[in-house]
Amino acid sequence: MPSALHIQNGIVNAPVSLAYLGIAAVGFAIALRRARDQLDERLVPMAGLVAAYVFAVQMLNFPVLPGVSGHLLGGALAALLVGPWVGVLAVSIVLVVQALLFADGGVTAIGLNLANMALLGTAVAYGVIVLLLRLLPPTRSGLAVTAFTAGLVSVVAAALGFVLQYVLGGATQMPLEWLAGAMGGTHLLIGIGEGVITAVTVVAVARVRPDLVYALRHRPRRPAEPAPQPTRVSV
Amino acid sequence: MRRPGFRWFLPAGLVLSLLLAGVVSSFASSSPDGLDAVSRQGCEYSDGRITGGDCIARDGKDHEVGGPFADYRIAGVDNPYLSTGLAGVIGVLLVFGAGSLMFRIARRDSAARSGSADAGPPRDLEGVG
Repeated sequence: MPSALHIQNGIVNAPVSLAYLGIAAVGFAIALRRARDQLDERLVPMAGLVAAYVFAVQMLNFPVLPGVSGHLLGGALAALLVGPWVGVLAVSIVLVVQALLFADGGVTAIGLNLANMALLGTAVAYGVIVLLLRLLPPTRSGLAVTAFTAGLVSVVAAALGFVLQYVLGGATQMPLEWLAGAMGGTHLLIGIGEGVITAVTVVAVARVRPDLVYALRHRPRRPAEPAPQPTRVSV
Repeated sequence: MRRPGFRWFLPAGLVLSLLLAGVVSSFASSSPDGLDAVSRQGCEYSDGRITGGDCIARDGKDHEVGGPFADYRIAGVDNPYLSTGLAGVIGVLLVFGAGSLMFRIARRDSAARSGSADAGPPRDLEGVG
């Protein structure tokens, strides 16, 4: 089974891979620090479930072009359901298990893969989510459009993250314009699939338990504030 | 609408994940994915091996550890549906287990540091709305 945006070992040289391992470690540590303040009795099991679901759906390659497939990366989905900090951790654990036990993504490339899919993908997705939830009406279709766009943009961002890594440490010289065009174009198509899966999943969760969708929560609860409304989505 | 309790939601989500990884995964596309496909461009292939040309995939090496579930198959299980399905089920349980453990430890640490974080009654949003 092919491994979507999972980089093999040997593709990017050791110094750049090592530098990205450092970046990934710092990003993970920051996310862990921030996540600790948010993890409560609901978010702990929900985060485990999101990680398991992302792992499962990552196995479901869908065709995008003749002879080319893609699959979910999950950063946008995680950011929507459990927030960006816990989301980074959830996608990270999927990538680490895949690299160590499923030969999916090189062990020496783990920093590269974490940086693209767990950090960059989730961060870009969360930016889109915050922006669009502010701009769009608080309806189910507003949430669906937000989720779709966040999924699409995050996949293209992760693909371009690889382009940068390859420019910095790729072993074989490849024309940058060709590489950026090929990666961006292919992952624009994969991003459509990511967007659809993300939107379908998040809207489904919002229909049964809107309180479990992090992105629909109001600002952090403070004792002085009046009771927050349970949701922005009209169910 | 009465919301299903979290006790219901969590197992339902897990069962869905197990079905996707255990059953649906065998019907997924086996074509190379986006990065793989781009990585192969420029090289000539014969029987899955690179025979010439310049491409990104040329520098790819075999996986460092392989692992018991390499390529989402279980070594020794020949039936492809069973092999992929079992690997998927094990993967979902492993990720759920490892993830839950990590998140629980992270939470316990933060509760211990901030002292009163755990003192309040559990927030039960059931019945809201």
